[in-house]
Amino acid sequence: MDLFIQLTLTGLTNGAILALAALGFVLIYKSSDVINFAQGEFLLVGAYVIFGMVAQFGLHWTLGMFLTVIVAVALGVMVERLVLRPMIGEPIISVIMVTIGLSSLLKAIVFTIWGNLPKAFPSFIPSEPVKILGATIGEDRLWAIVIAIAMLGLFNFFFRRSKEGIAMRAVADDQQAALSMGISVKKIFAWAWSIAAATAAIGGALLANIVGVSGDVAHFGLRVFPVVILGGLDSVPGAIIGGIIIGLLEQYTGGYIGQGLNQVLPFVVLIFILMVRPYGLFGQEIIERV
Amino acid sequence: MLSLNNIEVIYNDVILVLKGMSIQVPEGKIVGLLGSNGAGKSTTLKAISGLLKPEDGEVTDGSIEFFGEVIHHKDAADIVRQGIFQVMEGRRVFEHLTAEENLIAGGYIRRDANLKPDLEMVYTYFPRLKERRTQTAGYLSGGEQQMLAIGRALMAKPKLMMLDEPSLGLAPLLVLEIFDIIKRINAEQGTTILLVEQNANLTLGVADYAYIMESGRIVLEGYPDDLKQNADVREFYLGLTEVGSRKSYRDVKHYKRRKRWLS
Repeated sequence: MDLFIQLTLTGLTNGAILALAALGFVLIYKSSDVINFAQGEFLLVGAYVIFGMVAQFGLHWTLGMFLTVIVAVALGVMVERLVLRPMIGEPIISVIMVTIGLSSLLKAIVFTIWGNLPKAFPSFIPSEPVKILGATIGEDRLWAIVIAIAMLGLFNFFFRRSKEGIAMRAVADDQQAALSMGISVKKIFAWAWSIAAATAAIGGALLANIVGVSGDVAHFGLRVFPVVILGGLDSVPGAIIGGIIIGLLEQYTGGYIGQGLNQVLPFVVLIFILMVRPYGLFGQEIIERV
Repeated sequence: MLSLNNIEVIYNDVILVLKGMSIQVPEGKIVGLLGSNGAGKSTTLKAISGLLKPEDGEVTDGSIEFFGEVIHHKDAADIVRQGIFQVMEGRRVFEHLTAEENLIAGGYIRRDANLKPDLEMVYTYFPRLKERRTQTAGYLSGGEQQMLAIGRALMAKPKLMMLDEPSLGLAPLLVLEIFDIIKRINAEQGTTILLVEQNANLTLGVADYAYIMESGRIVLEGYPDDLKQNADVREFYLGLTEVGSRKSYRDVKHYKRRKRWLS
């Protein structure tokens, strides 16, 4: 029983971080139909920037986190301005290829500044073990869950209630029609990329706190793909629930069946779910009126 | 209020679509723009609203003026902010948003945060939308979607509303209802309306002034009553013969009679 709870909690935290990375991914896909292959590198940037703030400049972690988010937003706006705006009107596939280039570029910049050796990270969020129902878990992992849930609430509110959020969904539905009512598509894209970069940076920071700072952070970002495909590429709740499902599945198979298989089983489940629901669990169906 | 002076529009740097087209839209009136498929009606509207750019179109000659200000090089968003709103052809509602969210998106440019009274205003014109406010717009019927598209335009409180074939794909009874509402909006809100249509009969019924365009230029213009008397309009747009009876399909031999404006 203890093992079960232990695995569940670990799975939930991994899932929460996955979900944070996936949220940004979903946001970009939702507003612009672009699959962002640089999402993992956004995590990487977040991890290294907070490392720089906390370990190198010695700032308090709350301030460091705040500044990291600001850097991430600036990065998002810059990416939109310099990389995506010239691509407006080009086929989506070209934009997707550009994000692959962007991922290499970001990785190179990070490694140029900090070097590519793994760094020891002074845990910045208190990681005292906490006992819950007989299982022990680091406090930092609990924080990951709390932050992920808070973000979900925030995002849901943003998309359902705020004018900018509704405009963002409108752009995703029909860009030209959105343009015809004065919604600036450029502005919406800038919003989407900065929010995506910011959430990824938060995810990266949390991840760095748990596993340390190295290029592996970007690889963790690659696991976002099964998460979003499972949850539905364009669904915010799907990103969260997909993240948690993948996180739990990995832990359960690792704990009960054996290490190694945990890398495979999530994908097997993914295939089964896609056979039943091709749009993912919560993805938008294509509306057809007959 | 709005005037197009000899504008020329070219797509993809080679395809000349509008060849020196001029129209005037006076404030507070309904102006009709008639023409068959491919005449350039939608291109005209897009040239006004700034939606040509995403389609690789460009105004290469002439000018478009709104209240005396040249607007044809401006961004679509700026033009909407100046008070010109285009209801695009084929309704183009945001399918995955609810009806009410569609309306809120329509009011995007409004600075004042409170859109409630405007929502109510739209619902008085279209009570059906109120019943359907929480439904996904993609599942509304064609008529309801057209109402939503017009309602979206109302939310922006435009000075000039441009409607691109609002009758497209709707049942005749619904078309009458929509045209009725267009007339009411013009009368009650004082919104100037530029109506692009293929349905000549209805358009001449509501418009204060009308233009007829063919292959990129205006070939005829006038007050609806005069146009209805024009022999060419009667034959080619209203489908009536000289005596005024409905034509039998057997007698339709267009080559017998050349349109006078072509020579």
